[in-house]
Amino acid sequence: MPISDWFKAREGRKYTTTSADAPGDLPDGVWVKCPSCKHTLYQGDLDRVADVCLHCGHHFDIDAPRRIELLVDEGTFEETEAGLTSVDPLRFNAAKPYTESLAKAKAASGLPEAIVTGRALVGGHPVVLGVLDFRFIAGSMGSAVGEKIARAFRLAKREDRAVIMVTRSGGARMQEGMLSLMQMAKTAAEVGRLASAGLPYISVLANPTMGGVTASFAVLADVIFAEPGALVGFAGQRIIEQTIHQSLPKNFRTAEYFEEYGMLDAVVPRGELTTTIALTLDYLAGAGVPAAAEGAACRIVSAGGET
Amino acid sequence: MARFVMEFERPLAELEEKLAELKRLDIAVTPELADEISGLEAEIEKLHETLYAALSPWEKVQVSRHPERPKTQDYVEMLFDDVIELHGDRAFGDDEAIMTALATLDGRRCMVIGHRKGKNTKENIKRNFGSPHPEGFRKARRAMKLAEKFGLPVVTFIDTQGAFPGLEAEQRGQAWAIAENLATLASLRTPVIAVGIGEGGSGGALAIGFGDRLIMLENAYYSVITPEACASIIFKDATRAPEAAPCLAMTADDLMRLGLADEIIREPRGGAHRDPASVFASVARVVGEALGQLAGVPLDELVEERHRRLEAIGVYDE
Ligand SMILES: [Zn+2]
Repeated sequence: MPISDWFKAREGRKYTTTSADAPGDLPDGVWVKCPSCKHTLYQGDLDRVADVCLHCGHHFDIDAPRRIELLVDEGTFEETEAGLTSVDPLRFNAAKPYTESLAKAKAASGLPEAIVTGRALVGGHPVVLGVLDFRFIAGSMGSAVGEKIARAFRLAKREDRAVIMVTRSGGARMQEGMLSLMQMAKTAAEVGRLASAGLPYISVLANPTMGGVTASFAVLADVIFAEPGALVGFAGQRIIEQTIHQSLPKNFRTAEYFEEYGMLDAVVPRGELTTTIALTLDYLAGAGVPAAAEGAACRIVSAGGET
Repeated sequence: MARFVMEFERPLAELEEKLAELKRLDIAVTPELADEISGLEAEIEKLHETLYAALSPWEKVQVSRHPERPKTQDYVEMLFDDVIELHGDRAFGDDEAIMTALATLDGRRCMVIGHRKGKNTKENIKRNFGSPHPEGFRKARRAMKLAEKFGLPVVTFIDTQGAFPGLEAEQRGQAWAIAENLATLASLRTPVIAVGIGEGGSGGALAIGFGDRLIMLENAYYSVITPEACASIIFKDATRAPEAAPCLAMTADDLMRLGLADEIIREPRGGAHRDPASVFASVARVVGEALGQLAGVPLDELVEERHRRLEAIGVYDE
């Protein structure tokens, strides 16, 4: 369904918790237990505070439509490439057929694909926004996701817009084999082409961002933000433990961890994300102006001041 | 010295062993052995043919991992002259799992970048079994930029199970290092020829593994995930890798079918290790031809065409 219908449907929905470890003993959907501090929260309150725990600041995982709702100037989102969806090019069937996984993902998410893209305004800035949805085969990138990302970047270039990507993904989609792996190269190429046009690209790493999505377009942004507590990385947690034969430190590969190691620009609480992105765009949106703008040469700032 | 026996070769190895045993016996004492020996020899020849005629994807994976299979450093040594190896990423260290070198193929000056596995345990430990850390990918990127600056075509040799999945590798930004290489390769203003010579495991392979041409050795594989890792995800059991392998469409033939590879180099029966010299000759010829084709292409056109190749990848509905 088009995302506009989704928003409508959402208004009349029953509240559901997006956390994986939802408590079983609470009335269905109205109350949720914070997985971090164990406080019981009213979903209606969470809705008002961007799904962040009032007691401990835990960021609940949110889906793509909710993310869009939180991020864009109200009423400005206009979905693009809504009809672009996955097929089963390899007739993948190990343990369970890919077609079955796709059908399930569509039913569970109400989305045609693992990413929603569209035009929007953020703080008044025209952008193309892409948001991965983890409910759709773990937000994995196959041909359709890669193509939608590529088209999002091309659209931004055509229309002089910034790009914002919000990632939640397990990585490349195994069921499309090499076609998925190559989407990493394909999306990376598009980031480069946008950059050469002088248009800004901001990414937001949400929980979790892993594998081939991290190792391609997600970390190639001009400015990389991440949400508090988000798990970010390349290899799977279990594979690393098996390789190094020891359990991993508790904060290993959180957003905060990578901020400490200098791999991203800032960890930004969800409540401040929209204003932070809008302000960043205020700085970068003029970057389309040639670097050597008129008069720039006579404004060389030296230690002693302007010369 | 006993030859390394791949799992699927075992029936053959058993027959060969039996034959060797018979030959040790004294034919003068038991003349009826002669018949048995020639029968066994015929059986071995027949099995040889059927066994290697059409290898399954999982069997190809085993061939691609054969310890005696020619490695990047062998290609560099046998195909190229005037080699100057370049070390280090200028930031952290020198990762021996990746080799970068200035080298000349048949009079053409190139930049060679390849995953480098060891030939024995000692070498493999030093080279981390060909699984790079971020500094390896950054060394490769440095070599790419150097090649671009001085107009040298890049030839890459892909042979890794993947980027190293370790704590420090993650800490130093494994994903970042790979992503930077992808963006760099995608728009590098010099020809890039990638050759799959053995294993092509996921993002760690891709980080030096695409360009204007992708040439695959017949038994090389290139996959979104290793069959073991795939099996451990879908079957919760890595030992079921043989079942996962055919699902992943990762053989050279699969890549041709998907339009991702440009050419397959046939290997001698049983694999490249059975007759490395013939494989070196084929690779030299095919890479040389590709270098020749790309040499005169204007750089804008070259990069645009590479972008078009990437754009075209994917199968979807709309
Ligand atoms: Zn809490």
